Amino acid sequence: MQLHNLTIRAASEMLASKKISSVELTQATLQRAHEVDSKIQAYVTIADDVALEQAKQADERIAKGENITPLTGIPFSMKDAISTRGVRTTCSSKILENYVPQYNATVTDKLADAGAVLIGKTNMDEFGMGSSCENSGLFNTRNPWDLDRVPGGSSGGAAASMSAGLCNFAIGEDTGGSVRMPAGFCNVTGIKPTYGRVSRYGLIALASSFDSIGPMTRDAYDCATVLQYIAGHDPKDSTSYKIQVTNYHENINKPVKGMKLGIPKEYFVAGMEVGVESSIQEAIRTYEKLGMEVHEVSLPHTKYALPVYYLLLFAEASSNLARFDGTRFGLSVSKDAKDVVDIYLQTRHEGFGDEVKRRIMLGAYALSAGYYDAYYLKAQKVRTLLRQDFENAFNSVDVLLAPTCPTTAFKLGEKTSDPLEMYLSDIYVVATNPAGVPGLALPCGFSNNMPVGMQLIGKHLDEQTLFQVGHAYQQVTDWHKQNPGNR
Amino acid sequence: MTQYEAIIGLEIHAEMLTNSKMFCGCSAAYASAPEPNTYICPVCTGLPGAMPVVNKKAVELATLVGLALNCTINEHNTFARKNYYYPDLPKGYQISQYELPIASKGYLDIDTPSPLAPLPKGEGNDDSLRPAGEGSGMRVTIRRAHIEEDTAKLAHEKNSALVDFNRAGVPLLEIVTEPDMRTVEAALDYATKIRAILRYLGVNTGDMETGVLRFEANISVRPVGSEELRTRTEIKNLNSFRALTRASAYEIERQIKVYENGGIIVQETLGWDDVREVTVSQRGKEDAHDYRYFPEPDLPPLRLDRAWIESIRAQLPELPEAKTQRFVTQFELKEKEARFLTSEKALADYFEGVVSKSKSPAKTVHSWIAGEFMRYINDASMDVKDVPVAPESFAKLIDMITDKTIGASAGKTILTELFTNGGDPAQIVKEKNLAQVSDEGFILEVVTKILNDNPKEVEQYLAGKETILQWMMGQIARTTKGKADPNVARELLLKLLEERRK
Amino acid sequence: MTQTIDTKTVKHVAALARLGITDEEAEKFSGQFSAIIEYFNMLNEVDTDNVPPASDIANAENILREDDVQPSMNREEFFKNAPKTERGYVKVPTVLGDE
Ligand SMILES: [Mg+2]
Ligand SMILES: [Zn+2]
Repeated sequence: MQLHNLTIRAASEMLASKKISSVELTQATLQRAHEVDSKIQAYVTIADDVALEQAKQADERIAKGENITPLTGIPFSMKDAISTRGVRTTCSSKILENYVPQYNATVTDKLADAGAVLIGKTNMDEFGMGSSCENSGLFNTRNPWDLDRVPGGSSGGAAASMSAGLCNFAIGEDTGGSVRMPAGFCNVTGIKPTYGRVSRYGLIALASSFDSIGPMTRDAYDCATVLQYIAGHDPKDSTSYKIQVTNYHENINKPVKGMKLGIPKEYFVAGMEVGVESSIQEAIRTYEKLGMEVHEVSLPHTKYALPVYYLLLFAEASSNLARFDGTRFGLSVSKDAKDVVDIYLQTRHEGFGDEVKRRIMLGAYALSAGYYDAYYLKAQKVRTLLRQDFENAFNSVDVLLAPTCPTTAFKLGEKTSDPLEMYLSDIYVVATNPAGVPGLALPCGFSNNMPVGMQLIGKHLDEQTLFQVGHAYQQVTDWHKQNPGNR
Repeated sequence: MTQYEAIIGLEIHAEMLTNSKMFCGCSAAYASAPEPNTYICPVCTGLPGAMPVVNKKAVELATLVGLALNCTINEHNTFARKNYYYPDLPKGYQISQYELPIASKGYLDIDTPSPLAPLPKGEGNDDSLRPAGEGSGMRVTIRRAHIEEDTAKLAHEKNSALVDFNRAGVPLLEIVTEPDMRTVEAALDYATKIRAILRYLGVNTGDMETGVLRFEANISVRPVGSEELRTRTEIKNLNSFRALTRASAYEIERQIKVYENGGIIVQETLGWDDVREVTVSQRGKEDAHDYRYFPEPDLPPLRLDRAWIESIRAQLPELPEAKTQRFVTQFELKEKEARFLTSEKALADYFEGVVSKSKSPAKTVHSWIAGEFMRYINDASMDVKDVPVAPESFAKLIDMITDKTIGASAGKTILTELFTNGGDPAQIVKEKNLAQVSDEGFILEVVTKILNDNPKEVEQYLAGKETILQWMMGQIARTTKGKADPNVARELLLKLLEERRK
Repeated sequence: MTQTIDTKTVKHVAALARLGITDEEAEKFSGQFSAIIEYFNMLNEVDTDNVPPASDIANAENILREDDVQPSMNREEFFKNAPKTERGYVKVPTVLGDE
């Protein structure tokens, strides 16, 4: 096996047995990133100096046998929405193109404490607004499986950095499918944890009540490993759970026999790509063979998840993005500014891309006098019904299975002319975010030579079960082991 | 000519005295910051990714004020974002409370009578709620009190503005009344009482010149007898009682003039020009802000349990009104006297401190505090809490006057000495030889000498000019440096003068 | 409720959000917004008469911080990202009007 396709587990064993040092692993990763990434463009910033320094420190820890975690010395990439002190953090927006945070996100600190090695910051749809990475204000990222296709979004750079072998794990962020959807497009395992399980402090907010930071990895086992080190209460994030983090590996090898798998019927409707549907059906049969009971369940408000999600996201985002005003950080455009308002208008006009502008304006609209009840409040009410759908379903099953996207990765430019059509590609992944429940995306096949993703959706805070069920699947299938180089 | 009455509602923004800011750990003592932009962090400067965390003490103080103003404390209350752009607002929104504030529906009784019944119709406004005793005052309904964060400070320069974020995020309590007040006097009375309560509770220093307490007045007028509510205007940023009264009075007059001339009042936000003493339009209704409030997704709701609220209630000190009534009964003071003493907690405490150490009647203590003591601290622009004279010393001094050890004028001398150099009153009497002398022999000697030295004045007196007597008493006091017991001196003087008449 | 979002409305919300906008952009967004809002209006199908809004999704607990002062950040660090500063202040162009 090549270095760049190692699981965390395999790399960690090599480091522990001194077959390789973290500096060597990091150098190899950096070298590959510099070579390969000109085609993929997964990274916005490659942080050579930081990476080598962290690798050196990891090697010291390993040499002393002190303070070693499964992540010590392991190279990873970070979505460019998460603050890294001293390393440019752009949210792939022109408005933050030269912004270097003065402080670390809690997740950044936690990974540094665990000894992980930051290779660089990955491209995304600007501020997380998009499903293909084509809304990046900087450049497009390409799908390593087919350079003419998108990697998905908004954590497209993160997913591409994994499938192109440019790191051993990636940190993404999922507001409405942004980890799971690109994971599916790029044949990567990834989780959107329960809302509030991972601190959002230092994550540049898109929709505060949905944003969930989650890892992307080569398999469910690694995914559990990374989540273990980034989850937990943070006194700086008042919305983070105070409940103790479970041991995500505790049940991971337990058989799934007798457990109940729910298939939400609303997710299997016309419009799904044939190869996607057959892959999902195949995965269901695999679970049946593993002894799981399969039940059809209903999430009756699924159809409304998309408008609920987008309305609330627009509203929260329009407020969250108000701070980008050209006065304290980031881009500042003040051509002949007579008044401070001119700076606001010019900076935001030049700094934000069209999709960001659309969402900010529609958010202002949904909250404005006379429309609040019809849009924002209505969406919050239907959101309650969406949550209840999941609660009801979990009264009868342990976990739900659904596709991550109706199609495989589409071609660059295919959906950029119609924003609404782009929104529709999130149809299977958005509902979990307003409901707050966790979702684990796993590779489950190929359609027209492009990867197909499925997701397992669990109860609040029950990531443990998702890892167990996901790991069981990956013990009997090898879709997750496929990469553009070996297939 | 039509008689008009004013309809006045007040909003008060009071900074709360916490150590740290509302949503971050930066020091809230911005007024004593060494430099601009030194009490700052990612949270209070609105850096990307930073998140707020609620200051527990601010919630406690807000609850305390709510309880003092007889409000319902909402066990479930939430934060909301108020969205607008201004360079003193780093996030582009202010974290405030909107639908569910921490406190609602309370009241404060004021002494200024409401000249005009009835109160406006509305919840909590029925006349039965007025304090007992017709014409003895009125009840101002508090609509709500909510927590929010202060903005940064802006200094306007010629072609620019300078921003200092030290104040950004300091906790504020906004207290809003119903439009219950009918006169400027009532508004002033209410404002004064709210300030006193905030000071009593230790929530706010009340130093209005530093901007820790700011008023906004909503004003409309209508013909007496009418029950309509006409268009109101809002005067912002009234930073002194003087500005509050002047601006309100001006605005009432202005509106009446407009109606008298057949005009109409437009809803607008006004500012007060302190120099020209006029209200000026800042913003009309058509550019009224659309604040797009929505629940703050970064902060879970506050859930205050009953027991906790009761534990805060237990911390409520005796408030000015209750203290006044107690002073009246306990110390047999007139209501006006008691109200003066309780206007400030430090003064009331000082008074009680002196009374408790003194053998003299409370009335005497009051007259010394209201008189000489206040004169001294006013002249020295001193705060009561900074008075260097211990209540024990002051009590000793007053007692020496009561038991005639010294005279009143010696008392004044000693008080000045105590203020400037401190020390023990009895010691000062000894050192300065100020003890009052009632010894008739000594006083007789002085009186005889004065009569002998001033034959012309004696003649004038005997010719019927009785005011000369006062002059002579003054001469005695001067000669004896105030030590002669004035009663004894007066008796002897009259006696000797009568003898000379013969 | 069916409504189109005309260019006037687009310009109004752009102003609310302090986004500079050209006439052509307003024209383009107007068409897109109408389609999106039309799609959102499907929520009107849902009966929400007795449904409470879900504003707090997870951790309904009180999260309160003790009133302790923590060290502040270095001003020069803060100023590294600031476009214009002067004498310890952040400098912005003239501010007209009130908030
Ligand atoms: Mg306010
Ligand atoms: Zn701060």
